[in-house]
Amino acid sequence: MTGNNKQPKEIQRREFISKTILAAGTALAAPGILLTVANAKSESEGASSNVRWGMLVDSNKCVENCTACVDACNEENGINLLQRPSGQDDGMWNAQRPQWIRKVKLQDRQTGEITNLPLMCQHCESPPCVDVCPTGASFKRADGIVMVDRHICIGCRYCMMACPYKARSFLHQNVAEQRVHTPRGKGCVESCNLCVHRIDAGATTTACQDACNKDGHQAILFGDLKDPDSELSQMLRQKSSGQIRADLELNTGVRYTSL
Amino acid sequence: MHSSSGILRGTGLIIGGFFALFSTLVQSGSAVTPGSKAAGMDACVAPTGEIRRNHMDYLKHDRIKVVQQGVRDVKHSLAECIACHAEPDAVKGGYQPVNGAGQFCNGCHQYVAVSLTCFQCHSKTPETGGPGDDIPTTGNAHEGLKSTSDQRIEPGERGGPLMEELAQLHELSREE
Repeated sequence: MTGNNKQPKEIQRREFISKTILAAGTALAAPGILLTVANAKSESEGASSNVRWGMLVDSNKCVENCTACVDACNEENGINLLQRPSGQDDGMWNAQRPQWIRKVKLQDRQTGEITNLPLMCQHCESPPCVDVCPTGASFKRADGIVMVDRHICIGCRYCMMACPYKARSFLHQNVAEQRVHTPRGKGCVESCNLCVHRIDAGATTTACQDACNKDGHQAILFGDLKDPDSELSQMLRQKSSGQIRADLELNTGVRYTSL
Repeated sequence: MHSSSGILRGTGLIIGGFFALFSTLVQSGSAVTPGSKAAGMDACVAPTGEIRRNHMDYLKHDRIKVVQQGVRDVKHSLAECIACHAEPDAVKGGYQPVNGAGQFCNGCHQYVAVSLTCFQCHSKTPETGGPGDDIPTTGNAHEGLKSTSDQRIEPGERGGPLMEELAQLHELSREE
C-alpha cells in the first residue's frame, strides 16, 4: 500500500516542480516578448523616458527682425486662426493673444552688445508650472515635454505666474477655429509643446527649426538630450552653452549658445 | 445547488436575449450623414450599438493615453470620428461642422439635450490639406472595415437620428 501511495506522490511532486519552473520561465520571458511587440510600432509606444527632447539655440545666428520661427509656430499650432475680439485695441490684443515663441532682444548695459534669441517654454526638468498646478493639468511627459492637458486645466493661471520665462498664454476668448492636432478653447492655458503631434508621428524637427533652416539661419537644433550620438548632444559637447536663469536650477531642456 | 444554477442560467439567457434584441433595435437606423466617409463603411470601430452607448467613455479613456502618455495609436480618437463622419460641404467646399444642425453629432445630442462641449476646443471639421495634414492616422483603428456599396445610405433616406428608434432606446434603458 505504502509503495503504491509513494509513487503517485513522487510523480505529483516532480510534476509540480517542473510546472513551477515552466511558469517561472514564462514569467521571465513574457515581459521581453511584450517589449519587442510594443517597440515594433512607435505610435503605440507612447512617450518614453529613454529620451529627453531638448533644443539648442545659437543666438549668434538668430537675426534681428526675423520672425520666421514665430510665424511657423503660429501656423503649425493654429495660433494664426484666432480672431481679434471686436472692439479690442492693439495693446490688449498683443498682450493677451497666445504666443508660444517670442523674439527677445537683449542689450548688454556696459558694452552695448545686442543679442537676439527666440524664447519659448524651456521644458524644465523640474518645472515650476507643474509644481503649482492644482489639478495636474500642467505636467511633464515621460520624454521631458512640459505641456498642458486642457481636459483638466481650470484656467487658474498659477502656472503663468510661476513660469520664469513668461512662456504660457491664457485664452481669453471663445475660439471659432482650431487645427485638428492643436485643440484650443477659452479658459485654458497653453504653451510650446515642442510640436508634440509631429514628434509623436515620428518627425525629428519642430516647425520653428524647419522655418529657421529654410531661411538659412540654422539657429535652432532640436533633438534627444539623452542620446549621446544625437546631433544635439554632439553640439552641446562641442560648444559652450547655457541656460537662461541657470540660478533657478531648473535644468532646462532648451539651451542657448553665445548668450 | 441545482436549482440556483438553473436560475442563474435562466437569468443569463434572459439578459443575453435582451442584449441581442437591444443590438438589433439599435442597429436598425442610422444617423450617418450621406457623402461622409462613414457612409461607405460597414461598421464603426465597434458595433454601432456599442459605440452609441459607450462612445463618451471610450473617448475619455483614450484621451488620457494620447495626451498624457503620448500613445497616438489608440482605437478611439475624436479626430478619427470627425474625419469619418463629417459631411462634405457641397456649396462652400471643405466639410460641414459635425456639430452643425442635422449633422452627425448634433443629430442625437440635440434630441437628448446633452450639450456637446468637445467642440469648444476641438476642431469640428477634418483638416483639408495644409502643412499639418500629416495627422498620425491609426492603421489598426479601422482595420477590417470594408467599403460596401449595398450598405451605402442614399441621400433621401436619412433624417438624422430616427425618433422612433431613440424612443425605443429610451424605453429599454428605463426597463433596465
